[in-house]
Amino acid sequence: MIATFTPSPPILAGSRFGAYGGQYVPETIVPALAELEQGYRQALADSTFVEHLQSVLRHYVGRPTPLYEAARFAQRVGGGPVWLKREDLAHTGAHKINNAIGQGLLAQRMGKRRIIAETGAGQHGVATATVCAMLGLACVVYMGEEDTRRQALNVYRMRLLGAEVRPVSAGTRTLKDAINEAFRDWVTGIESSYYLIGSAVGPHPYPEIVRTFQSIISQEARAQALTAIGHLPHRVVACVGGGSNAVGSFAAFLEDACVELVGVEAGGRGPGLGDNAATLGAGRPGVLHGAHSYVLQDSGGQIGATHSISAGLDYPGVGPEHAHLKDSRRVRYHAVEDVGALDAFFALTESEGIMPALEPAHALAWVQANRHPGVTLVTLSGRGDKDIHTVASASGRQEYLA
Amino acid sequence: MIPLAPLSLASPTPASPPTPAAPPTPGQADGRLARSFERRRAGATCGLFPYLTAGFPDVATDRALAAAALEAGVDGFEIGVPFSDPLADGATLQRANARALEGGATLDTALDLAGYIRQRAPDTPVVLMSYYNPLLQRGHRQVAADLEAVQADGVIVADLPPEEGASLHQGLAERSLALIPMLAPTSHTARVRAVAALDPAFVYCVALVGVTGARQDLSQTLGDFLGRVRAELSAPLVVGFGVATPEHVRRVAQLGAAGVIVASALADLVERSPEPVAAARAYVSSLVVAAHGRSSDDLKDQGLPEHR
Repeated sequence: MIATFTPSPPILAGSRFGAYGGQYVPETIVPALAELEQGYRQALADSTFVEHLQSVLRHYVGRPTPLYEAARFAQRVGGGPVWLKREDLAHTGAHKINNAIGQGLLAQRMGKRRIIAETGAGQHGVATATVCAMLGLACVVYMGEEDTRRQALNVYRMRLLGAEVRPVSAGTRTLKDAINEAFRDWVTGIESSYYLIGSAVGPHPYPEIVRTFQSIISQEARAQALTAIGHLPHRVVACVGGGSNAVGSFAAFLEDACVELVGVEAGGRGPGLGDNAATLGAGRPGVLHGAHSYVLQDSGGQIGATHSISAGLDYPGVGPEHAHLKDSRRVRYHAVEDVGALDAFFALTESEGIMPALEPAHALAWVQANRHPGVTLVTLSGRGDKDIHTVASASGRQEYLA
Repeated sequence: MIPLAPLSLASPTPASPPTPAAPPTPGQADGRLARSFERRRAGATCGLFPYLTAGFPDVATDRALAAAALEAGVDGFEIGVPFSDPLADGATLQRANARALEGGATLDTALDLAGYIRQRAPDTPVVLMSYYNPLLQRGHRQVAADLEAVQADGVIVADLPPEEGASLHQGLAERSLALIPMLAPTSHTARVRAVAALDPAFVYCVALVGVTGARQDLSQTLGDFLGRVRAELSAPLVVGFGVATPEHVRRVAQLGAAGVIVASALADLVERSPEPVAAARAYVSSLVVAAHGRSSDDLKDQGLPEHR
């Protein structure tokens, strides 16, 4: 029996995961966060809401997504078996839809008619635009100018879906600045708009909400592993930007002490500030976007610039639960550089006929580099169609472009 | 089921009473703010507080702007600490922050400007306005020590609601410095009462639902909002966000505010004027006149042009 979406409590003390989280936001927003928390808790306690969400996840998103043994990829790596949790096969091509559906239905239940979202790689923007089309809600997506350029295909998809895409030219012109602008929009229309945040970041209760709706990944994967493999995997590996697919991939395994959990961040070009997006590896605790967590920053607390080949990981913060999981050592975090991710992109494409997004290509690259024995479960959080131009220009395989 | 763990202040119907405030510690700093408000209250008028982003457009111009504002008779200053991600700010102050950071401005630039003002004006209150992370990285006690060293009076933190502010509040209170709370039109009564319990030196009342930036008109509901706050607390109310013209200032004064902050409109002027200091002097003078309830004839007596 495959798991269906089940609300499960995270390890949360008040508004915090250990020392991390909280609500570091302008006063104007605080009452809206209280309204959100109340609406969210009421929705989860409402069996009609939960059953409707389960139904939409099954018939619209296409859940459960398969757990697939990537035998030729594992052979190429030279370690133990590798199984892929195929979030790339979910509707719209990434795990982002799980959260967008959950929060979209929540917004509808709360009577909000206008949805605001931020997006980096564009996958969350596409997922949100999709849900808004399905529910008949207005949709505005903020996207860094730099990201609209490197993810032009997703900009077009969002516009086809009826969303208004607003490029953000402030700051570093990436995900961080799109989130700033989404907050500014929300604070202006606080009573009528719903901010549908896409990663496990932001002020409480967002990290908890996103985690809850993404936990379906590990709820399914755990049950699927027990059926298909006959035992739990030895390790679960997921990429970490803001951390939504990772937090969803780890949630159901946190109590399984025998399962090693590995988060893989974007090592970019190298270890210098501005050259990577490895927030947990290279940052230190601070406050960004309403939460206390690890932050890439300079000595004076100014938020650092980031670089990653993958727009979805290109973010100087990380969800507060990951900060807690790092400090408590339940999850180990590593970084993989751009070149490693590209190499893994080709490896999976060539060995399995599966083109991964550059984000989970970081997780695959860590598996490639470490050749561990035992069963490794990797969350393939999205498909790579959106990245083909980046891959072509970064790898020198431009001759394939007609 | 997920266990409910409502925040006492954030919940629309708080289950528990707000955290009791640290005992007020009257001192020199607290006194400076209190004396400033008392002077205005005695004349039944309103204080005028210009906001200057430290390092915008550059350090030398900042000092000249501060000196000009003192000459114009302002009642105190807000000094903005530049930050890379000012999510409560509109386009004008975003640009001002970015430009200040490009010029290398930091928290120390803001402290230096506060110290400069203190040298010239021993009794004019100066409050820093910052986002939280630069203060957190400096450390709460060090921030307090640094503020004390330049004889500043306190700090306003745009993204630090009272629920998260206890540690900084304590660090500041040890040196008789103020952590100024903010209230917004969206703050419900329980939150207003919680702020009252903090016994603040003043309360920053956000005049609109939105980000900073000069507006054509003041919110129609500003009077209702201030009345709602006034019903629950007795601390001086200082109004900011969107206030741009002498007429706006006059109206805020008529609504009984103890002070008014003008930020983006001043930054707009500094940004676009070929002679920013002269333009700012004239503009701030016109705001002071409006706040203090004098006629423009008084202004002409001082040989200052009325800003339009």
